[in-house]
Amino acid sequence: MTPDIAAILALDGIATGAIYVLMALGFVLIFAVTRVVFVPFGDIAAFTALTLAALELGRLPGTVGLVIGLAVLATLMELYSILRAGSYERIPRALLFYLVLPVAIAGLVWITSGTLWPMPFRIALALLLILPVAPLLDRIVYRPIADASVLLLLTVSVALHFALVGLGLLFFGPDGARTESLTDAMFMLGNIPISGQTILIVVAAAIFCGLLYLFFDFTLLGKALHATALNRTGARLMGIRPERSGTIAYLAGSVLAGVSGILIAPVNTIFYDSGFLLGLKAFVGAIIGGLISFPVTAIGSIFVGLLESFASFQSSAFKEVIVFSVLIPVLLWRSYTFQHTEEDMDE
Amino acid sequence: MPLLAIDNVSVSYGKAEAVRDVSLQVEKGQIVTVIGPNGAGKTSLLMAAIGLLRSTGRIIYDGRDISRLETEERIEMGFCLVPERRELFSDLSVYDNLRLGAYSRRAASGEIKDDIAQVFDRFPRLLERRNQMAGTLSGGERQMLALGRALMARPRLLMLDEPSLGLAPLITREIFRIIASLRDLGVSILLVEQNARAALETADFGYVMETGEIVHSGSADALMHDPRLIATYMGGSEVS
Ligand SMILES: Nc1ncnc2c1ncn2[C@@H]1O[C@H](COP(=O)(O)OP(=O)(O)OP(=O)(O)O)[C@@H](O)[C@H]1O
Ligand SMILES: [Mg+2]
Repeated sequence: MTPDIAAILALDGIATGAIYVLMALGFVLIFAVTRVVFVPFGDIAAFTALTLAALELGRLPGTVGLVIGLAVLATLMELYSILRAGSYERIPRALLFYLVLPVAIAGLVWITSGTLWPMPFRIALALLLILPVAPLLDRIVYRPIADASVLLLLTVSVALHFALVGLGLLFFGPDGARTESLTDAMFMLGNIPISGQTILIVVAAAIFCGLLYLFFDFTLLGKALHATALNRTGARLMGIRPERSGTIAYLAGSVLAGVSGILIAPVNTIFYDSGFLLGLKAFVGAIIGGLISFPVTAIGSIFVGLLESFASFQSSAFKEVIVFSVLIPVLLWRSYTFQHTEEDMDE
Repeated sequence: MPLLAIDNVSVSYGKAEAVRDVSLQVEKGQIVTVIGPNGAGKTSLLMAAIGLLRSTGRIIYDGRDISRLETEERIEMGFCLVPERRELFSDLSVYDNLRLGAYSRRAASGEIKDDIAQVFDRFPRLLERRNQMAGTLSGGERQMLALGRALMARPRLLMLDEPSLGLAPLITREIFRIIASLRDLGVSILLVEQNARAALETADFGYVMETGEIVHSGSADALMHDPRLIATYMGGSEVS
């Protein structure tokens, strides 16, 4: 391996790692606020990629049906619990958030799906359409068992992931897709070529990390989310609703998943079931950060990306084997240094 | 009409009944105290009143039955609790804890800054530590922060669960002085205490709770001189 090749591999690894950073931050965000390890995160990213691919071909993306179905189901469940509690004044708000908004977005995409829009518009549509999926899943699947143990929530997450893969096959079909590249620009750093795509990925990841940081450190809503993560009872006593914090975490997580899906779509061919491996690698980054630390998570995810890049150079067939065999000792080491995570979250 | 009326409230943990058919009232502008031995059900009663524990019976606040409202809705009505475990946000600064105390108010940020300044006036120690993480405060400072954070909601009715827990006598007296001063600001208070004498000295009215039930009640003065209570709750020595 010459230094040049090493540099190219490193750049490649950093780009892949940056995508994992986005997803891993989503994992940490959702886990911190809701205690849910949101395994279907990768699926959401994959569905965003497939949605963008469909829009590119002027087809109706399967996500439209998925969102409408989830919205109807979530609305029915919400109405049922409202009727049982007898708090009818909550009905209009519930209808707006669980039915009208998601269906309006799906409708917008449906109506405009024949038209070939310019790329930025397609990307915006794909992101908009994926936005309600995680919050709706939260309402349908996690809200009824909000007080369950972390382990049960994780088990349910795994089941939900498999359900989503099934739905993915139903709504998107078995064919893979790769979207147009976001930019064809090429730069030379000495004699190492850097694609505009790589730069875009890294810049996007940096921007979203920055936004997340600003959100948590400088906005009241961000502080309220942080407070929910630290102490749910304390938060409730301040009038902060943990369910609402959860919804916001899922929305923010959806943006992160969506953006990573958009960024990876032109680089890798994505199938309805590609989400799992993507999510798993990002999840490893999140675990390296102990599921609580955002900065360590980012470093961990970049590390996974680099590892993957060098492993695929050594032997692309054994890429995953190499990646995960190296990661096991790292994870063991982290599990010794992060013993206290569980108690922290329960306090 | 009392500001708070707890009406035949019972709380159970599985089969064990921690609170049985308790009724009590807090009039506007009053400090009412509930005293009683460990395990009497005082904390459970407050948790039920704020909606964090399921209970039977009715809770009437400001003339309205709030038994079915969510905790958050009760908070928004100016009904607040400083819980026994304080529940501070340990990884947030003192300042942020106070800021979040006003979350339910949706007030202008200038107004909130003024209120934070007032809390700092009341508790100068918190001002010195405004950027320190709440989790690293001393026991006494945590009590002050918990009380200060609750005041940020501008409560009309404040429930305090053992505000003197683990405090040195000097600070205990300071805390009770502050509680008395809150009444003058128009805040009604329901005070749960182990320190029966200090509580009764501050309160207008008192209830004595034992094994889940109210066994005595009366004006704070009368309770303080009740020989049965002196023996059990006030170390046996009469004060006058
Ligand atoms: N989560 C719980 N599960 C089962 N029993 C509980 C639970 N919480 C409290 N109890 C029981 O309910 C009874 C009343 O407890 P509570 O905390 O309300 O008493 P308290 O009057 O506040 O006592 P203290 O003065 O020690 O704080 C106790 O016997 C306690 O063991
Ligand atoms: Mg107690």
